[in-house]
Amino acid sequence: MPSITKPLIPLAPLPKNDLGLTIRDYEGAMSTLCAGCGHDSITAAIVHAFWELSTPPHTIAKLSGIGCSSKTPTYFVRGAHGFNSAHGRMAAIATGAYAANRELTYIGISGDGDSLSIGIGHLAHAIRRNVKMVYVIENNGVYGLTKGQLSASADIGSRPKKGDANVIAPIDPILLGLAMGATFLARSFSGDKEQLIPILKAAVAHNGLALIDVISPCVTFNDHEGSTKSYRFMREHEVKEVVTDFVPLRREIQATIPTDGTRVVPMHDGSIVRFRSVPTDYDPRNRESVESYIRDHQSRGEIVTGLLYVDESSQTLHEMGHTPLEGLNRIPVSELCPGAAALDALQEDFR
Amino acid sequence: MSLDTATAIRVNDFSVKLANVNGTGSASANSLLMQAIFRMGIPVSGKNLFPSNIQGLPTWYEIRVNKTGYTARALDYDLMVAMNAQTYADDIRDVNSGGYVLYDSSWPLDEELLRDDVTFLGVPLATMCIENFVAPRERILMKNIAYAGAIVALLGIDEDIVATLLSETFARNERLRESNQKALRLGLDYAHENFTCPLPFHVEPMTATSDSILIDGNTAAALGCLYAGATVAGWYPITPATAVMDNFTKLCATYRRETIPGDSPDDPPTVRNNYLIVQAEDEIAAIGIVLGASWSGARSFTSTSGPGISLMNELLGLAYYTEIPAVVIDVQRTGPSTGMPTRTQQADILLCAYASHGDTKHILLFPKDPAESFEFAVASFDLAEHFQTPVFMLMDLDIGMNDWVVPKLTWDEGYVADRGRVLHDEDLAGMREFFRYANADADHVTARTLPGSDETGAYFIRGSGHDQYGRYTEDADAYQEVVDRLKKKHASAAAYVPAPIVERRDGATIGVITLGGCDLAVREAIDLLAQQGVVADFMRVRGFPFAPAVRAFVEQHSRTFVVEQNRDGQLRSLISIETEVPIESMTSVLAYGGFPLSAHQVVDSIITKLGK
Ligand SMILES: Cc1ncc(C[n+]2csc(CCOP(=O)(O)OP(=O)(O)O)c2C)c(N)n1
Ligand code: SF4
Ligand SMILES: [Mg+2]
Repeated sequence: MPSITKPLIPLAPLPKNDLGLTIRDYEGAMSTLCAGCGHDSITAAIVHAFWELSTPPHTIAKLSGIGCSSKTPTYFVRGAHGFNSAHGRMAAIATGAYAANRELTYIGISGDGDSLSIGIGHLAHAIRRNVKMVYVIENNGVYGLTKGQLSASADIGSRPKKGDANVIAPIDPILLGLAMGATFLARSFSGDKEQLIPILKAAVAHNGLALIDVISPCVTFNDHEGSTKSYRFMREHEVKEVVTDFVPLRREIQATIPTDGTRVVPMHDGSIVRFRSVPTDYDPRNRESVESYIRDHQSRGEIVTGLLYVDESSQTLHEMGHTPLEGLNRIPVSELCPGAAALDALQEDFR
Repeated sequence: MSLDTATAIRVNDFSVKLANVNGTGSASANSLLMQAIFRMGIPVSGKNLFPSNIQGLPTWYEIRVNKTGYTARALDYDLMVAMNAQTYADDIRDVNSGGYVLYDSSWPLDEELLRDDVTFLGVPLATMCIENFVAPRERILMKNIAYAGAIVALLGIDEDIVATLLSETFARNERLRESNQKALRLGLDYAHENFTCPLPFHVEPMTATSDSILIDGNTAAALGCLYAGATVAGWYPITPATAVMDNFTKLCATYRRETIPGDSPDDPPTVRNNYLIVQAEDEIAAIGIVLGASWSGARSFTSTSGPGISLMNELLGLAYYTEIPAVVIDVQRTGPSTGMPTRTQQADILLCAYASHGDTKHILLFPKDPAESFEFAVASFDLAEHFQTPVFMLMDLDIGMNDWVVPKLTWDEGYVADRGRVLHDEDLAGMREFFRYANADADHVTARTLPGSDETGAYFIRGSGHDQYGRYTEDADAYQEVVDRLKKKHASAAAYVPAPIVERRDGATIGVITLGGCDLAVREAIDLLAQQGVVADFMRVRGFPFAPAVRAFVEQHSRTFVVEQNRDGQLRSLISIETEVPIESMTSVLAYGGFPLSAHQVVDSIITKLGK
């Protein structure tokens, strides 16, 4: 876990990104999560993604709700402003922040309890409004912070550490996203940085809400036999058929023209997402094909990971609202106030 | 009232109650009358007492004309316009002895309803409208304008003014304009031909309202938000607050929208909106949006009513503890629960003062009418940003949804928004380190930075325990240091909120304290009490935390009365809790049935409590 182990003297000089920053510049405080917690691996992937993208740290705003997962924004990108808000309310607060200032890169970190129970309404509506942000659900099937109760993402038959197996059908955030009109949906596994990093990078480039469901085992309460969100279960049941590459705008824009079994989706900012070796009937821009693909695999007990759906044609909240390209928070009050003469004139209507 | 007083001439001092059926189009006829009297220069009020219903239930409208400006609810009526057969019995009982009842004589009135001491004025409204209009809908709608016509004649309202108002309303619809003028004429002519017009009580032109406007509080509050420079709003519809955001949306479309012409004639123009209003999924999201936007440095607000405040509680505590500005406009209605959503009350005082779990205290403003709603809306943003905390403007249904005659709104071109202590990149440039909750100023406010500012200013906002450096803490002293400062910061706001209005009378033996929309009724009551030999000093509280004058006022009087519209005497409790004056030194005068306050209620209660 790079956010925990921080050697004081690096053995070799660390590589620098386009801004001349090293990976250390994208780290945050020491993690206080349990050793081996999946959430820490996601933190590490986020650190990598932003470093590789050369995103200036201060242009990132990181938000979260409440939970072990929601603690993690402290552990990445120290130089970014952060907001650890209230349980389930991150999406609403992020909506307001984005409304006020569309110029920043927003990343929201949440848990399955935070997003699929108490905050499901806000998530659903943030998706509908297409708030431009990366929305990560660190999904462990339990409420880690309150000590292991089953969450709404727990599969039927899945066993908590104590008590009976779950009998209520789970909520799949990807299927929820499809129903809500999401414009970017991905699933990954905390243990698979190779896959997660390009997905995160594509999510940052996406013009809208990019929802990433990351299966992230809770080693303390949900990593045992009978759990479907454990490291072992994921390693045995993950299907990585929807393999993706992300080609950022500034690099190798002349990506090789795809061969058979490949789909290319250009992103709003000119970057490219390449879907490799997907089945021929899989179209990452067609809701129905995505849904049937996921459901087919689900019925076989498989968890499909990868970037599953992208739609770069939808408008964001700001585009729908016809706001200026610079943040509304930049406009001085003196410019926004219509002034005394206008007040005089408009009061003619109140005579 | 003896017949003498009934026939005595009374100019510009009477009240009319109109009993209607909801959803039949009476509202526009009623406000037409009120507006015409206003344009004649006479102080007037119109109170809509409506049900929580779209169509079919009884609804009333009360017009009070008073040359002195005492236009609080009258409670005794000189003229009853009885247009709802369902409520005939109650309505006819409600008229003053010596008063008048105007009814639709197309059908005979039940003998049992007749009273010897009132005059019945029958106008065959339905018959007239059936004879003169063809479309069924028009026959119903025009009945309203026809009774308005009869009232215009009976009260001596200027016919030209009414005709002009109709032309203005229907400027763009000639057919409707003509129908309305025709219906008006029908009522007018009938009254002139069949009754002695005007009645002994009637209007005569004055110049008391020439510098006034007729406006509802929701519109005025929206104007305040526009003028304060609010750019982001989050809200969820709820009576009686909905019109705040409806009006803000309309105003923004007029004053905040730029149309940028295309580059070439084929290129269509584009619009640029300097605002973003989000109709949220619930009030929790609405306040969340406000917090996100305010954190980011935009002026942002939400408007709601009691049930919405209840939902917002958790995030209001987050805003208080993390020190994020937020403006909340609460147009109060009758609770608890859904209560009576179309009725007024002042019962969210304590809810807002201490909103959220844990030790919290908020800044409250209590406007008395639409003019102060405008002014205090602007002040709310200044206070919220100065003190980095939620500010509530507590209006109520009566202020928000009724039209009030108020002095014309003015705007000081020298207004400079108080954006509070914000460090921008140029301020951060010279700094080695920034600590969010350290280095408080005289008001106990610390500097904040906005997301996107330089890395030096980056910090992590958290609702969990934090020390003055903004770091996570579970240390008792470090935690207390921050919450103790918050308490002092709140206290500092006493010098910034609008000061209480105090009016003293020679020989006063009691003090009367009130707030918000009770103002007019209480002032009138103080006049009436003086006529009965009870001389009272008056204080209207306009903001919380309380200025020292509030405590002083209570201490200076051996007996004070606190007049407010809730069951439990919430203002009285708040004064006692916060100033430590003994609660027994204040006596509650309460009216909480959901209707605007009347001076009579105040006088009767005080006289009874004084044992006179
Ligand atoms: C309003 C409210 N209710 C309950 C809680 C208690 N609580 C804290 S975290 C949490 C669940 C967290 O689960 P999840 O979002 O899945 O995060 P994880 O810890 O599993 O990463 C709960 C119920 C709270 N903080 N606020
Ligand atoms: S309890 Fe579970 S989720 Fe929380 S830190 Fe420990 S391993 Fe991670
Ligand atoms: Mg969880």
